[in-house]
This record gives sequence, C-alpha cells and structure tokens, in this order.
Amino acid sequence: MPVIYLDNNATTRVAPEVVDAMIPFLKDYYGNPSSMHTFGGMVGRHIDAAREKIAALINASPDEIIFTSCGTESDSTAVRAAIESSPQKKHIMTSRVEHPAIKNLFEHLAKTGYRVTWVPVDREGRLDVEYLKNHLTDDTALVSLMWANNETGVIFPIEAISSVLKDRGIVFHTDAVQAAGKVPVDVKEAGVDLLSLSGHKIHAPKGIAALYVRKGTKFSPFMIGGHQERGRRGGTENVASIVGLGVASEMAMHHLSDINGRVRAMRDKLEDGILKNIPNSMRNGCKEPRLPNTSSVSFEFVEGESILLMMDEFGICASSGSACTSGSLEPSHVLRAMGVPFTAAHGSIRFSLSAYNIESDVDMVVEKLPPIIKRLRELSPFWKNAACKIQ
Amino acid sequence: MWDYTEKVKDHFLNPRNVGDISDADGVGEVGSMACGDALRLTFKLDKDKRIQDVKFQTFGCASAIASSSALTEMLKGKTLEEAEVITNDDIAEFLGGLPKEKMHCSVMGRDALEKAIQHYRGEAEKKLDGNLVCECFGVTDKEIERAIRENDLKSIEDVTNYVKAGGGCGKCHDNIQAIINEVYNKIPVIAPASKRMTNIQRIKLIEETLEREIRPALQKDGGNIDLIDVDGDHVYVKLIGTCASCKASQITLKHYVESRLREMVTPELVVEEVK
Repeated sequence: MPVIYLDNNATTRVAPEVVDAMIPFLKDYYGNPSSMHTFGGMVGRHIDAAREKIAALINASPDEIIFTSCGTESDSTAVRAAIESSPQKKHIMTSRVEHPAIKNLFEHLAKTGYRVTWVPVDREGRLDVEYLKNHLTDDTALVSLMWANNETGVIFPIEAISSVLKDRGIVFHTDAVQAAGKVPVDVKEAGVDLLSLSGHKIHAPKGIAALYVRKGTKFSPFMIGGHQERGRRGGTENVASIVGLGVASEMAMHHLSDINGRVRAMRDKLEDGILKNIPNSMRNGCKEPRLPNTSSVSFEFVEGESILLMMDEFGICASSGSACTSGSLEPSHVLRAMGVPFTAAHGSIRFSLSAYNIESDVDMVVEKLPPIIKRLRELSPFWKNAACKIQ
Repeated sequence: MWDYTEKVKDHFLNPRNVGDISDADGVGEVGSMACGDALRLTFKLDKDKRIQDVKFQTFGCASAIASSSALTEMLKGKTLEEAEVITNDDIAEFLGGLPKEKMHCSVMGRDALEKAIQHYRGEAEKKLDGNLVCECFGVTDKEIERAIRENDLKSIEDVTNYVKAGGGCGKCHDNIQAIINEVYNKIPVIAPASKRMTNIQRIKLIEETLEREIRPALQKDGGNIDLIDVDGDHVYVKLIGTCASCKASQITLKHYVESRLREMVTPELVVEEVK
C-alpha cells in the first residue's frame, strides 16, 4: 500500500539529492576536519560550503551559523546563552503555544528562579502583542517566540515584535524550525538575535540542526568542549549530515515558490474539501498568516486517535492533538491555549504537506475522510443528540 | 504508535454490536466528552433472564471502542450474575492485552456494565462513592482504592493508567500516593509536588484556593481579596474591604495568603499587593 505522507511538520522525507551528497562522507571522506593532514582538512571545506548555503537560506553571514544536533539543542543553546549573558535579569517571556523544546525549558527555568511571562493567543492562535508589550520590564532578559506554530501553522509577527524589543537590551530568539523552508525567513528583516532551524523538517536527516547567532549577540556555549564551531559548540562535526543540511537548504530556497504556490493550493483544496464535506468540522487557527503547508482541523464528537488509525488503513499519515495520541490524558496545550473546546480538541487532526505531495494525495483524503468521520460518529453516543440539535 | 494486538485492531475496525436498544432493560453511561472518552451500554434480557441483546456507543480512542465491542461479545447469553463478575482484566485479556496506558478503557467498560446492571435492578445509581480525589476526571478515593486492590497497582502512574486519576493537573498526586500507601500499609512518604502543572492549571488552582480557603476567612473579618494577575510565580492581588485599610494587612498577605497559596499551589509563589 502506498504511503500518503501528510505529516511533514513531524518530519520529512530525506531528499534523494541530500542522501547522494552525504554518502561520500560516510563511505570515503571520513577524515576529521580538525586534522592537520589534507585528507581530514579537505572535509572542513565542505563544512564551510554547507555553512554558506544555510546562511543564504536565512540571509545571514556564514560565521553567524552554528551547527547543532537538533532543534531542541538549538533552542536550549539560544535560551541559556541569552540568560547567561545578563545574569542579573530574572524575567523571560514566551508564548503559551510553544513547542515543548521551549515550553518545558521555560517551565524548568521558572523553577530555578526565573519569572516567566506566558503571552496568550486568541481563539485563532494569533499572539497578543499588546500583552507582550505591557509585560516587558527592565528586568526582561529574553523573549523567545516561535516563528510559526507546529500544530496550526499560524505565523507570529516576528518583525513587529523585534521592533518593539529594539534598543531595550532584550535578547530576541525565534524558533523557526517550522518556518524555515516554508516561508521566506530573513534574519536581517526579522531583526532577531537568535534563530533555531532543524534539518529533518527541510528534507535533511534527523540529528542535524543550526542556530543563527547575530554578530554582536553575547554568546556562551551550551556544549563545552573542543574548538569546533569556533568554540561555540564543542564536539566533532556531524560531517555527512552538515553536508546534507547544506544541500537541503539550497533546495529549500528553490522550492519556496513551489511550496507557496502549488503546495499551498493543494493544502487549500484539502482543507476546503474537508470542511465542505464533513459537518461539524472546523479549522484551528487563522487562515492567514499561516504556513502554506499546514492545516489543523477539528471534528466534533469523535476522537483523534480513532481517526488516525482509520486513515492508517488507507496509508494516510497525519497527526492529532488529542489526548490519546500524546500519551497523556489531556489534549494539545496549543489548542487549549487557543480556547478550542474539549469537544473539538480531542478530535483534531493536523495535515502537513511538502513539495513531495501530489494532487492525488489530497484527493484521497477528501474521498476517504468523510466516511471515516461518519462511521466514528455513528459509534459515538454524543452524535445523535448533537445531530438533532443541528437540524 | 500504540502496540495494539490484532484482536484490538479487529474490534476497532469491525466493532460488534454497535447501537442503542430503545426498549433496553438496563442502561449504563460513563465518561464524558471532556474526559476524552465515554460509553453508553444497553442490554435486553430474554425470558430466562439471560442477556439476549447488548449494544454500545463509544466516543474515544481505538482501545476504548475495542474494549466496548469486546465487552458486548462477552456478555451475550450470560445471566446478570455471571455478567457482574466480569472484571476490567477479563476485558483486556479477551483482547489479548492492552497497552498499560490504555487500561482505563477496559475499566470504563466494566463501570458501564456495573451501572447498567444497577439500572436494571432499580438500585439507585450509587452516588459518588467516597471522597473526590481527582477533580479533573472526577475520581473518588474508593474508586482509586478498588483499582489498586483489583489490579495490584503500585504507583501513581499505574493508577492514572487504570482510572485516569492524576492524569490532569496533578495536584492530587499526594493523595493518590497516600491511598497506595494505605492499601499496602506502608509508611507514608511525601511525594514530590507535581512538576507538570501548566500555567493555566496553576492560575486555576490559585483561583480555587482563594475561593475555597482564603476568601471565606477574610470575609469573616469584613475583608476580601481580588486576584489581579499571575505572572510566573508572582501572584498580584488586591485587598478590599476592611483588609485594604487594615494595618496588619501585610501580615495577612505574607503570613496567611502567601503561605496558604504556597502550601496549596507551589512553594515558589510570591504574593504581591496591587494598590
């Protein structure tokens, strides 16, 4: 059975071009870039080339890019560097809808003496920028906000926020793991000090990521060790994956128009098809500004895990914000922060596309999903009562 | 992805006995939409008082649907006396086992059956037996104790897996641990405070504590307190009525309000007055 992969915010297929570029560094060029001999040293030049490509994707200088092992390491490095650079300040700020890489880190910092302001979002997932403005203090060390939300795709106004923070001595970090490669990300226009991005969301392998550190931003390493990354991240370079990330970044730049054209049109077709054909369904998050590949939809009176497993029978891969799929008993903190009622949060499904999707993928979902929801609703004790009310 | 047995998958994809018997002899309903799963079980007896027909409707995950379907298959042809000894473990066993995080789905089936039998016998639905321990999922100490004894549960996590208690805000973890200790006759240990409280849960808990514990005390003296904002560990409050003009208000604030909130919510809280 062919796999219809619509879970690209979870992870993406490694591009064949990326794999091809990596193989020589796994098979033949195994030298250590720190070595003095030519065999090792030549590997270093490929790392430089990759660094340039990643810098180009976000309009940074190559020396502003640090390679890390994952988006979470980039986030942790950024946040810890920011608070260590102004140890006297004890207030940090983030949103209520962050990825666990930031959410759980901030919850941890809250226990170690930091005052955390959690900026709320509205029913459509938009950030309350006024709330953020009103809660900035002279004690604020760091503001960390995601560029785009992994569950809903809602994009935060990063540029507008950076102008609010400007000249206040507050470090601004953005987790752009979901945004990079899907919408134009320009660190200069955005005015951020630190930016995280991750390889496996843009068709590079898992285990490689990058952190942008604006020139002039105070920095202290999270991984302390050798002189790699100019002393900003110790540890022998993951050469093959770095090369892969370079190729993936280059491809992401070329694919940007495709993602915002063809893929966006497929996403809209999918979303419109679902909302039109399935009663009591709703989009989670505002229509715009939103990632062109993401659609979060809730189906009332049914539970997400059941929907996922029934779609799985047709090879359709997606995600859910329901409690049962998360391993906890409570549904997604993102949907709850938006005020999505339990009745809908338990039945939320996220579809996320990539450049590898084709029209027939979304057609398949639009064809298969309505009977799945209908079937699960017939099983549900709540549906009959609700249906009576609706008619 | 959950490791479901083939039998669970079969009962999920091809559920048996779905529906609602309109002239049922017994009806049992458990769960709610907020909890994430719910089950309505109806049965009809034949002239020999055996279960002739039984139907279910379930809102929930694959294992909730499979457990309900399995239960209906197990019930057919049984007398109520035979039916009422079915345990949640029997349901799980029928399905070839359930992931431990999903055991509460089998407990839901057993609970619905129990309620349906009570309904048939005309017994008043048992009022919430015991004292409420988990407010998030409405679970009492008696229910927790029963789950611990019947399934030999040893940890808070086990209890959460079986009856959901403790799976929400987490503030009842100490109480659950105390029940476990009592069952096994252990010396009470002080469980670490929940580390999983979100900001919203924290605010809710602060509000509840103010409402339940603090306001009534202040109101006795003609005062009151308003919650203005919560920012991290800082709780901003406004004292009103006699409290606002009381010279001892700072003592009230720090020694009473703050210490009470620290005790009930988290020990890091700092209460500040907004004039």
